Amino acid sequence: MKRRDFFRSTAFLGLASIFGSDKIRAIGATEMAVAQSPDLVAVMGGEPEDMLVKALKEMGGIKKFVKKGQKVVIKPNIGWDRVPELAGNTNPKLIKKLTELCLKEAGAKEVIVFDHTCDNWQKTYKNSGIQDAVEEAGGKMVPGNDQSMYREHAFPKGIKLKKALVHQAILDCDVWFNVPVLKNHGGSKMTISMKNLMGIVWDRQFFHSNDLHQCIADSCTIDKKPALNIVDAYRVVKTNGPQGRSASDVAVLKTLLISPDFVAVDTAAVKFFNQVQAQKLEDVKHIFNGQNLKIGTTNLDAINIKRIKI
Amino acid sequence: MIKFLPLIRRMVACLVFLFFLFVFLDFTNLLDKQADFLPRVQWIPALISMSGLLFFLFALSLLFGRIYCSVLCPLGILQDIISFVSRKIRGEKKSRLNYVEPSTIVRFSIMGVALLTFVFGSSLVVLLLDPYSNFGRIASNLFRPLYLLANNVIADIANSTGNFFFYKVEITTINMLSVLTTAGIFLITGAFAWFRGRLYCNMICPVGSFLGLLSHFSLFKMVFNESRCTHCTLCEKKCKSQCIDSKNGHIDQTRCVTCFNCISACKSDGISYRISLPTKSKAVQKEEKKSVDNMERRRILASTGMMLLSIPLIRAEQLANTSKLTAINRQTPIAPPGAKSIKEFSKKCTACQLCITQCPSHVLKPATMHYGIEGIMQPTLIYTTGFCNFSCTLCSTICPTGALKPLTIEEKKTTQIGIAHFITENCIVYRDETDCGACSEHCPTQAVKMVDYKDGLRIPKVTPALCVGCGGCEYICPATPYKAIYVEGNGIHLKAEKIEEGKQEEPQVDNFGF
Repeated sequence: MKRRDFFRSTAFLGLASIFGSDKIRAIGATEMAVAQSPDLVAVMGGEPEDMLVKALKEMGGIKKFVKKGQKVVIKPNIGWDRVPELAGNTNPKLIKKLTELCLKEAGAKEVIVFDHTCDNWQKTYKNSGIQDAVEEAGGKMVPGNDQSMYREHAFPKGIKLKKALVHQAILDCDVWFNVPVLKNHGGSKMTISMKNLMGIVWDRQFFHSNDLHQCIADSCTIDKKPALNIVDAYRVVKTNGPQGRSASDVAVLKTLLISPDFVAVDTAAVKFFNQVQAQKLEDVKHIFNGQNLKIGTTNLDAINIKRIKI
Repeated sequence: MIKFLPLIRRMVACLVFLFFLFVFLDFTNLLDKQADFLPRVQWIPALISMSGLLFFLFALSLLFGRIYCSVLCPLGILQDIISFVSRKIRGEKKSRLNYVEPSTIVRFSIMGVALLTFVFGSSLVVLLLDPYSNFGRIASNLFRPLYLLANNVIADIANSTGNFFFYKVEITTINMLSVLTTAGIFLITGAFAWFRGRLYCNMICPVGSFLGLLSHFSLFKMVFNESRCTHCTLCEKKCKSQCIDSKNGHIDQTRCVTCFNCISACKSDGISYRISLPTKSKAVQKEEKKSVDNMERRRILASTGMMLLSIPLIRAEQLANTSKLTAINRQTPIAPPGAKSIKEFSKKCTACQLCITQCPSHVLKPATMHYGIEGIMQPTLIYTTGFCNFSCTLCSTICPTGALKPLTIEEKKTTQIGIAHFITENCIVYRDETDCGACSEHCPTQAVKMVDYKDGLRIPKVTPALCVGCGGCEYICPATPYKAIYVEGNGIHLKAEKIEEGKQEEPQVDNFGF
């Protein structure tokens, strides 16, 4: 940490402790992020854990996002009863490292991990390797397939999606991380950070029957934004997504993209993906719908990007 | 020592009962592929599957008599528990029983009908009378919902305090028909047990009748010690089978379930359990004579069997007429993987519902008229609350009657239990011209694949050869009121194309591309 940063954060901490308000603390963190860090960090060529540490360091370290004693939620993509090698779900090593960083380095009070899975949730949690990874790291897995855990939440900025049942873990936490895996997708063309928010919502069929792309964008207008979108592109389902049916659908690309901006990180991810499997950005309509809703930008030239090769 | 036999019998029976109860109540799949351990040691499942355990069951009965009824049959133990409660509530005095004559005609007629109809290819009578399957249905249709409700209350409380060890489970695997039928059977067996001990086992149960015949040849029997017996009737009053005629010093071996209550009741060592070679009692002589001579009864048996066979298949058909949308009209039900052929499966399944309670995806549910009247309460896949997991083989491996043949994971992945059918005019992509793809997303084999449609949109296309009939597409399809994709069952299960394993690529990508 630079000396200047130290002074600033002390000042913010002082202010926060005087007013005792979470809001001030949050504003402090966001402003610092804008002032100090790149808007998007891309890392290539390492193991999931190393790439995460490197990327977070560029963003200002885990402590910038997670404060001591906070309740943290990590929302990976755990949609399918698939083993890690088939890349249907977020890489468990990445989730494990992130859980450890939150608990051990940042001193979080608890880390909760969940997804509203598509396949049977017990099998999916287990076979994705994520349940074991999280529990080894000291985090807690919470079911996402129980409607009573969802509470109605308004999306005033949404066009089609005005309200939805959102998982209580997201609504009740202090900070959350959106940790999708980059995949081809039969329905929404691509599934990256924006699409991953379908897993915090109960009624997904509403999305499918009411203009899927618009509903995906609408869900990203949620007032409780993730602190970061951490896109796992270590292994990528390039064809027959989102499940993939065999190893031949998977490409090992050893890459990680992180950004607080849904639209920017998804734009970058599609461009990256396009190098191995053709995918027109304009066909991934929810990204542009997101831009129209002013939740981020597709213009990567206008933002500060840090690229790292290991 | 001999006086402890009832106590030992009770302890073993309690353990067996608790295991059975747990098997049918548990929703965590704790027993996994061992859930069938005791269900396989049951007469009807062993007979239908012709398993090697028949040797054990025959040996057990030929050595010790109807001990199966006392310590292995879950319905028998349940009846003992009901009798016990009844004794406590009604008082010992009122609960005393006396010797009665056997209902020979009734019990062997029922057994004959069950046997005949089964041989002629209908499992309905066996399905309705097998004591193990009846217990299975009582536990899964009547007890299990209560168990789940209790679990859900506990889970609610635990979850609200941040404990997620407990989780809620929706009650989705029962229906009106199975609950009402089961409740009826439970009331009948319960009433028999409440007032008359093991009368059900000695009048209705075909396994009881069969073992009655068999136990005549068993090595160990309850025998009066004529020199010591004082004809005090203490044993008779304690006999739940009402088969001890104390005054005449006669025990009807065909009805004795080897519970040892008479031995512990006797104060003068007047009755003992010892080796005794078969002798023909009057009752048996009478009955054998009848079974040879009574052509009348045979005629009744045959006609009942034929009547049952001729009951036509009744299927619920949805009739719906809307101008633009097409209602789903499923012609063939979907039988569980491992069934091979619906006909063969339905003949062997006794609807114990073990598979239904163990299915992790809750997609197996009791059939109503899906397989016709003869297949009521047998498992069928209904995709309203779930779909069949691509790599799960549990139901096929735990079926105690062999109605479902065990599948390996590799076999399961190419077992085609049905084929997805796409109805374009119901589809969201066609109707609303927006992307959807929920069906394809859930398809593990990409038999349902999104193909280019128009303006960058993609629409589902089915490749039948790849489809396994898991129902992921039907379950998730958001189209209302009629789904745009549904699975039509295969009467005979076929083999789907195998998905080649393939190798993951490691393409050389040096740039980020942005």
